Amino acid sequence: MKINLFGLTLNQLKKQVLSLGLPAFTATQLADWMYKKQVTSLDSMTNLSKQVREKLETNYCIELIPSSKVQTSTDGTKKYLYPTQIQKFIEAAYIPDAARATLCVSTQIGCKMGCLFCMTGKQGFQGNLSSGEILNQIQSLPEFEKLTNIVYMGMGEPMDNVEAVLESIEIMTSTWGYGWSPKRITVSTIGIIPAMITFLERTQAHLAVSLHSPFDNERREIMPIQSVYPISGVINEIRRWELGRQRRISFEYIMFKGVNDTARHANELVRLLNGIKCRINLIRFHPIPDTPLEGTALEGIVEFQNRLKAKGLTVTIRASRGEDIFAACGLLSTKELIKIQNNTEF
Amino acid sequence: MTVKRVLFKEEVLSVKSIANEVFVLSFARDFEFRSGQVISLDLVADGQPRLYSIASGEKDNEIEILFDEKPDGRLTPLLSVLKPGDTIFVSEPFGTFQCDKQEAMWIAAGTGVAPFVSMLRSGLGQNKTLIHGARWDENFYFSQKIENMLHDKYIRCCSQQEDTAYFRGRLTEWLDSQTKLSIDIQYYLCGSAEMVVQVRDILIKKGIPFQNIISETYF
Repeated sequence: MKINLFGLTLNQLKKQVLSLGLPAFTATQLADWMYKKQVTSLDSMTNLSKQVREKLETNYCIELIPSSKVQTSTDGTKKYLYPTQIQKFIEAAYIPDAARATLCVSTQIGCKMGCLFCMTGKQGFQGNLSSGEILNQIQSLPEFEKLTNIVYMGMGEPMDNVEAVLESIEIMTSTWGYGWSPKRITVSTIGIIPAMITFLERTQAHLAVSLHSPFDNERREIMPIQSVYPISGVINEIRRWELGRQRRISFEYIMFKGVNDTARHANELVRLLNGIKCRINLIRFHPIPDTPLEGTALEGIVEFQNRLKAKGLTVTIRASRGEDIFAACGLLSTKELIKIQNNTEF
Repeated sequence: MTVKRVLFKEEVLSVKSIANEVFVLSFARDFEFRSGQVISLDLVADGQPRLYSIASGEKDNEIEILFDEKPDGRLTPLLSVLKPGDTIFVSEPFGTFQCDKQEAMWIAAGTGVAPFVSMLRSGLGQNKTLIHGARWDENFYFSQKIENMLHDKYIRCCSQQEDTAYFRGRLTEWLDSQTKLSIDIQYYLCGSAEMVVQVRDILIKKGIPFQNIISETYF
């Protein structure tokens, strides 16, 4: 079986070409063709000799997978479904907005985190995406040329697949890769602390932490991760970092009626984030099937925002996009997933 | 500037196979912990350790962890062949998946039973019911110990073995069939995300407030 070169970093490409007895600079040429010129055929790489191309073609391929389905919202948001392994699917959401065009990419098939409010979690965990599968969502996007920003906020927990995420960011931001500024990339996490540290050490991309409750005991009722990595520990770790002016930390806060939207929560949030230069994104909750949670009404969100703003915090309310196609919730891939139920361990 | 969880060198006391591809690894306990806590474990001091729940009791002389060998995994195939005297690196225990002496239902799948075994061994078995789901009868780990302590409050649900001595079916089927689940007690869930999500959905449909459901997922 041929090895897919798409998604390999420069060092990984070098290892491959050296194993064929080719010079190391062939790797730079390959990266240039694949990531800068977006060429998907080895035969089209005209600065490689015919002999080298034939040698490469014996062992390698460059394979991108087009989306198998797309849903378009009335607001222009598009949700693309990409097949991965057999019977597995992931989603990527394209969100155009005036001068910006953001793509929300997935990092895993399903998720292991089991958050109460998340549709993706209902699939269970099916597997990690490779860096190539993450980048495939970007380069195979019909609107690729229009993209201004990438957010790693689709299916899966990015820090639970941190090596592939870091490889994909390396390819996105390297001069031998797509050459993007890391300031155009944001990666979210629910707070897997060791991987979050690795991410902060090895990239300059922005970080978005899914907070959702400032109280340890209440957060664990909606986010199982809290039992292992409490939000207080995540915040303490972030405090240790001097992130500079270029790098942004934001906190995502989905508003649940009667659960995390009271004055008590606002006050505690202020205390928790005291002294951290950050932005808080308040997010309307779009109910998923069988959830016991309800979203806070817009007036309640604005009131919560005003409480935080009055204490000097930078707070935005994220505009809802693609509501009519459930753009943010993993519903499409969950429906498409053919589950093999009879081999679970329970 | 970075503070990563420091790993300490420990010496393996034993690695015992207790079922097909399932092992218990032990080393001497030289720290305090609360049952329900986890440790990071690796074979090197500066690698990417994995998390394991402690299965032994708070006052036991040894720390035990329960793991199933994943053939394509990075760490577990190496752990399963360790010998007494070999070196491992572990963190201090951490985590807050803990329960008290109040009445509660524990629900586990596969090796997710480990924290509940620790709780039992630490004297927290009173007023508890354990529902354990597994593929085969041999996957009801520590079953003799658990049975001796919980008696008829130990429900085993076996999904694959047709001649099982226990409830034949998935633990979600057993839960679905229950008509008298108390809405006032705590429910502790430990296992894969798929199991946790499915069980949580069933409990919520049966009227259990989500605030009474505490979960820990493998990752």
